[in-house]
Order: sequence, then C-alpha cells, then structure tokens
Amino acid sequence: MSILNKILTAFRGGAREVGEAIVDANGTRIFEQEIHDSREHLKKAKHDLTDVMAKQMQTTREVNRLKESVNEHEGYAVQALNKGDEALALEIAEKIASMDADLSQQEGALTTYSGHVERLKELVRKTERQIKDYERQLSMVKTTESVQKATAAITDNFAGSNSRLLGAKESLERIQKKQLDFDDRLKAAEQLQDETADKSLEDKMQAAGIGETKDTAASILERLKKK
Amino acid sequence: MNTQDIAIRFSELNSYQGFNFDCQLIPGDTDVLQIVVSDYEEIPVYISITETQILCISYLWSEDEVVQEKRGAMMELMLEINIPMPLSSFSKIGDKYVIFGALMANSSFDDVVHEIITLAENSVEAISAMTDYLK
Repeated sequence: MSILNKILTAFRGGAREVGEAIVDANGTRIFEQEIHDSREHLKKAKHDLTDVMAKQMQTTREVNRLKESVNEHEGYAVQALNKGDEALALEIAEKIASMDADLSQQEGALTTYSGHVERLKELVRKTERQIKDYERQLSMVKTTESVQKATAAITDNFAGSNSRLLGAKESLERIQKKQLDFDDRLKAAEQLQDETADKSLEDKMQAAGIGETKDTAASILERLKKK
Repeated sequence: MNTQDIAIRFSELNSYQGFNFDCQLIPGDTDVLQIVVSDYEEIPVYISITETQILCISYLWSEDEVVQEKRGAMMELMLEINIPMPLSSFSKIGDKYVIFGALMANSSFDDVVHEIITLAENSVEAISAMTDYLK
C-alpha cells in the first residue's frame, strides 16, 4: 500500500484526531532503516562500478595494443617471406599466434566487463530512484505528523491562554475595520495637507497683493472718506 | 533554517514593506512559531519546519462555521481559486480549514517574510470571498 493511501486510511479511521500517529514510530524507523540500507547499497554499487570501469579501460587499451602488435608482426612476417627467410617468418607467425590467443582472451574479458558496467549502472540508477521514492514517502509521513503536532501545540496554547480563536467573519470584520480606519486617517491627513498647502498659497498671494486682499484699517478709512 | 533562527531574525526585523511582526515560539512536540502581522492580528501565521520544507499555515474557519447546505459548493469554489491565489493553497487539518504555503527547507529569510505577508493578505481575501458560505 502506498504511503498516501496509508495516510488516507489513517484519516478515515479516526486518526484525524490531532496528535495521533499516522504511521507508528516503529514504521517510520523501519523506513529510515530502509533508506539507510539503500544508501549503503548505492555506495557499494558505485564503488564496484568505478572498479569495473577502470578494468574496462585497461582492457580496452590492452586489446588495442595487441591488435596493433598483430598488424605490425603480420607486416614483419610478409617482409621475411619476401626475403625468402621461411624460418624467421615461421617464428614471427608463432608469435602472432600467441598474441592472437592473448587478444581473444582480452576481448572476452572486455565483453564481460562491459556487461558488468551496464548492469551496475542500471543498479545505481534503480537504487537512486528507490532512495528518492523512500525519502518522498517518509517526508509525507513526517509532514503529516508535524502538521498534526503543530496543530495540537497551537490548540493547547489557545486553550491555556484563555484566548479563543475568533470566528472567520469576526476576524474579517475587525481587519476590514482597521483598514477602513487607516484609510480614513490617510484621507484626513491628505485633506489636512491640502488645506495647509492652500493656506500657504493664499498667504503668498496676499503678500504679493494678488487675489482677495484683506481689508486693512487704512483701506477701510480710505473707503469711508470717499463716502 | 530552523525555528529558532527564524524567531531570532523576526525579532531583529523592525519593519518590512510597512509591516511589523510579532513573533512567539509555541512549545510542543514540534516547535511552532506564531507570527502576527500588523493590521492582520486576528489571523496569525504559524510556521513549522520539517526536513524538507518550511510550512506556513493560517487557520481560516472551522467546520462548525460552515453553512452546511453550502458546504459542497464552498469546497468546489476553494478548489477553483486554489491556482489563481498567488503562492497559497487551501487545505484542511482536522475540523479546521486552513490556507498554507510550503517553502523549500533552504529558503532565505526574505522568502519566509514574503510568504508570511502574502499568506496574511490571502487569508483576508479568502475569507471575504467565502463569507456567503459561512455563518
């Protein structure tokens, strides 16, 4: 059964009560042990892989060297034959035969090593995927448990402090009221600023004698005299 | 980052984008951090940390606040607005509907702060969008 299914079953089976373990502690430990074991396997597989790859490279070099050498000696044998030295040609041919035997042995080994490398690479890939999968599942269990424990802690905290969780609508109203208050204050501040700006402009205009000028005692007297 | 690190950083943080924060460690089986964002005091954000992620959760409403005949429609709407709502998702823990955001365990403190603010704002948005379904 997949972990998600286990979690769902646990929820349906009443483990939705906060704080109850989803997968018992023992189950989690077994999981962690499996991850640990898989990591060990992975380490060993990678170590083996590097060993075999090193051997594969060495053998490839040896095969190439032998092939070259065989070619070279075939040339020598032909030269010996051309010079009519049958005995020397035979000796060279014997050497070629022994190198050929070596070569086919090395080629056999190379095929075996290449097969090993393929298998080990596949094993490493599979083990890595397996570990990722275990870790993902373990993280699901741990997250579920952590969230439940956190909820328990929060609920206990509220119960202990005598404060209660507000209803959603009540919370919303309070927050909106605060925002409204803030908006009102902002508007009031803006208005005040505007008024101050108007006032200082008026003062400047007055000083320059522009716009509505205030009656001064002198101007009133002037006006009265004209009557 | 662990719970203590985040708590210390929050207590050093005076203000961020005009928001103030009040941070309180709630003891328990798992350490939980309660973050109260200024102007959103009624809906605290709770942070808990696991090996893989930093979980930020706010509690929206409980089952007994839901108008029972509208429960199905409410859940469908919550599913529908899950994607359009930036960075946060809905979930349910026990009988409580929650909104949450999950961050990678190696997220920066700035990421966490940004998440907290977004979560507080989204909480208000979500409740105000769902008032028709609540008592």
